[in-house]
Amino acid sequence: MIQQVEEPVLEIHDLTVSYDKKPVLWGIDLSVPKGAIAGIVGPNGAGKSTLIKSIMGLTSLSSGYVKIFDEELEQVRSRVSYVPQRESVDWDFPASVLDVVLMGRYARIGLFKRPRRADIEAALFALKQVGMDKFKTRQISQLSGGQQQRVFLARALTQQADIYFMDEPFAGVDAATEKAIIQILKKLAEDGKTVIVVHHDLQSVSTYFDWVIMLNLRLVASGPTDKVFTPELLEETYGGKLTLLTEVGELMKKGQYPTREKQ
Amino acid sequence: MNLETLIEFFSLQNPNVRYVVLGSVLLSVSSAIVGCFTFLKKKALLGDVVSHAVLPGICISFMVSGTKDPFLLIIGAFLSGWLSIIILDYIVANSKIKEDTATGLSLSVFFGVGILLLTVIQHSGNAAQSGLDSFLFGKAAALVGKDLLAFSIIASIILIVVYLFYKEFELVCFDQEYARSIGVPVKRIELLLTSITVLAVVTGIQAVGVVLMSAMLITPAAAGKFWTNKLSVMLLLASLFGAFSGIAGAYISYTAPSMPTGPWIVVVLSFIAILSFFFAPEKGILIKLFKQRKIRLQLLEENLLKSFYKIGEINADFTAARSNEELIEIRRFSTAQFKEGLSRLSNQGFIKKTNGTWSLTNDGLQKGMRVVKLHRLWELYLTKYLRIAPDHVHEDADTIEHVITPEIEERLEKLLEYPEADPHSSNIPYN
Amino acid sequence: MDSLIIISTGSLVAICGSILGCFLILRKMAMVSDAISHAVLPGIVIAFMLGSDLDSVWMLVGAGLVGVLTTFLIEFFHQKGKLQTDAAIGVTFTWLFAIGVILVTYYAGDAHIDQDCVLYGEIAYTPINPIILKNGTVLGPKALIVLGAVLLIIVLIVSLFYKEFFLTTFDPSFALATGLSASLWHYVLMSLVSVTTVASFESVGAILVVAFLIVPPASAYLLTTRLSHMILLSCCFGVLSAIFGYYLAYAIDGSIAGAMATVAGVIFGVVFAIAKYLEKRRAISNLEQMTLETSK
Repeated sequence: MIQQVEEPVLEIHDLTVSYDKKPVLWGIDLSVPKGAIAGIVGPNGAGKSTLIKSIMGLTSLSSGYVKIFDEELEQVRSRVSYVPQRESVDWDFPASVLDVVLMGRYARIGLFKRPRRADIEAALFALKQVGMDKFKTRQISQLSGGQQQRVFLARALTQQADIYFMDEPFAGVDAATEKAIIQILKKLAEDGKTVIVVHHDLQSVSTYFDWVIMLNLRLVASGPTDKVFTPELLEETYGGKLTLLTEVGELMKKGQYPTREKQ
Repeated sequence: MNLETLIEFFSLQNPNVRYVVLGSVLLSVSSAIVGCFTFLKKKALLGDVVSHAVLPGICISFMVSGTKDPFLLIIGAFLSGWLSIIILDYIVANSKIKEDTATGLSLSVFFGVGILLLTVIQHSGNAAQSGLDSFLFGKAAALVGKDLLAFSIIASIILIVVYLFYKEFELVCFDQEYARSIGVPVKRIELLLTSITVLAVVTGIQAVGVVLMSAMLITPAAAGKFWTNKLSVMLLLASLFGAFSGIAGAYISYTAPSMPTGPWIVVVLSFIAILSFFFAPEKGILIKLFKQRKIRLQLLEENLLKSFYKIGEINADFTAARSNEELIEIRRFSTAQFKEGLSRLSNQGFIKKTNGTWSLTNDGLQKGMRVVKLHRLWELYLTKYLRIAPDHVHEDADTIEHVITPEIEERLEKLLEYPEADPHSSNIPYN
Repeated sequence: MDSLIIISTGSLVAICGSILGCFLILRKMAMVSDAISHAVLPGIVIAFMLGSDLDSVWMLVGAGLVGVLTTFLIEFFHQKGKLQTDAAIGVTFTWLFAIGVILVTYYAGDAHIDQDCVLYGEIAYTPINPIILKNGTVLGPKALIVLGAVLLIIVLIVSLFYKEFFLTTFDPSFALATGLSASLWHYVLMSLVSVTTVASFESVGAILVVAFLIVPPASAYLLTTRLSHMILLSCCFGVLSAIFGYYLAYAIDGSIAGAMATVAGVIFGVVFAIAKYLEKRRAISNLEQMTLETSK
């Protein structure tokens, strides 16, 4: 069940990503509508993070393309925000909460200049939204998991983007933080922003997301939650073993075959 | 470097030469073997730390005993080498300082202390200290019987330990969790590994000196890794590379006594490593490039055969003669590729040429048919099992058709239940 | 006067090292800097062989390029050859350093020249540069000027692009996502490290550069919570090491570079103990606070 959308904010076409010539994502075709809060689910190793990373240009594509607001990422970077996994960063880094949140404004500030009054105010405002304004001078190593996640979210909010990609924002956070984050995401959607989230917990999918993307090396389903989040499709996503696919992938790696032939 | 010197050297008649060669080989081999294990644990730079850290121990040993007795110096070296690792581990475990920083810190501080002590000794005018600095760059060419005795004992100890604990070392390096779970005393094995590393360093620096010692540990292992994934083979190759470089270095020192042996051993070793890097089968970069070319040719040939077959499908006449233009219409090739592909196919007997046109032989027909079949089977697989839209499966199948082995072909047929048509309603041919 | 010059030179090396080193250790690139500091040796020797005198600018540039080459080679072996990082570093720099030592020997010519000097060279250039005296303590003001210039460049670049260095160090993925090029700043940093290494080589040799790149920043890391404070504190520790190191060397008649590195290490040890003590005190006060709250 793959529902395509008429005027998508995110369009992915025949996307294949390979590591060392072995495809880890096969021919993904999907689109996401404006204002959706979309959840990406799938078993471990399904390629969920890889998908987000390839959208953000952090991994190269073996085939296909990604369009955001019907343009290449380069053209619309200022409208796109990315929240990486918490583990991707060393939290022992000597920086304050405010320092990290301000990073969201760097692109806006430009190469040679320093953060200005307006940037600091924007950062403080974002901190208030996530309930962390009292922590602005706290060093980030002194934060709990939930607080760290809020800081990451605040950083994303300062970018004032139109589409947000988040990689496992709910992993290892306390219930209160989770609630707070979801509130913010819902508000963003109400304002017409789109949010796409890699999620790990199936229990909360129906309450959090109105659009679900089910992934396991390939796209199993993509569409409104009530249509797509069904036992059959879940079974296929989590249960099905595509041995042929994996073996062919291994052969491609072994022989170092190109994923797409040059025509 | 003339023939005479060469013969002189390799006849090993000169006892000095014997010492030097034997010494260099022993040192190189034991370092190479130990180095493989640290390499596999991804702690290759540990050897770098230890080799810099032995210096203060050597100096203190000298200052305390007043002599350059190799055994005493070795004990001093061993202790300070060990200490540097203990401190490194302690720092990482008890503070937020990361491993690479602790490594660099331990290395530079210990070395700094060592240099300080060394220069103090040198300036003190104590006659006995001359030659102490040979530890910095190594003077394998100046090895004498007593030195040789000391470190042939140590080299033997290392080899015996490795032999006895081979399985444990292997486990701890490859899969610590598993080793722990089956009751291997991981901590103690690591202690042992560290000890023989320190021992290897302590002996090795006499040939190549302090700075280049890490090369003796890392480079043979890195070179060996390009040729094999099996530990035993890697150890063997690393030892061979080490021994060869050791002898080469000794030889060069023999012919040019002002040349320090250390750098030459390392240069030879690095050269071997770089050659491995480019030419080792499977992993060598140039070999990979050759493979790419092979694949490109395979793709080219099979795509051409596909074109023949597809023209044939139009009128169900597969063996008629085809012109260049007809073929190009089915699938575009560059002129050069086209020519190359056709000539290769004709040489291999898949097509034959008659009056400027080409036709499939029976072999060619079979092969072309198979590739087309695989393409269409795979397209079906993609649409059915991966839910990919029919207009998106062509490109993927275009590659995979060349990859599928007969075994996978069988399973594919079975899985799809011997289908007759692909997603575009083209016929799937069976033999 | 001499001692002032020497201490100043050491301090300049310390400050350059501290600024760059803070970024290096936060990027977990400490050992790469160690590699670069060794690998520039052949570059230095070749530059000398080509030019006749201390035409420092060309030497800085040339040897700086070798540093970039080293970084590139390490990346190359790692990415293309799939060689693990630590081995890529180890193989690359030892090879280059070995070549450097051989070149020094050839260039120096005679049999009795000490190659040892290359390492802890206040006397590093004795075989190469007749200007520096062999007693190991005289450094012409030229080194001071060169280092001063290098420091200026470093301060300029780091302060102009502080945000970019900050972000690419802390969160390379986010940086990439916002359009920054992580590899550009990586190479800029490594080039600065090379230039610093070369400029310092003339005066204090390989070991001290590495020591100053790693040890004072590590000490500062333990005590600070802001990058800007870390850099400042690291500079202080570095300068202290330079000052006390000089006097230590003078007192026991040993290598100045070695002494400075030793003092840096001692400072680290002291800071480590202090940091542990502070941690314990904080833990105890937290515990007290919790018991107080629960007993209410």
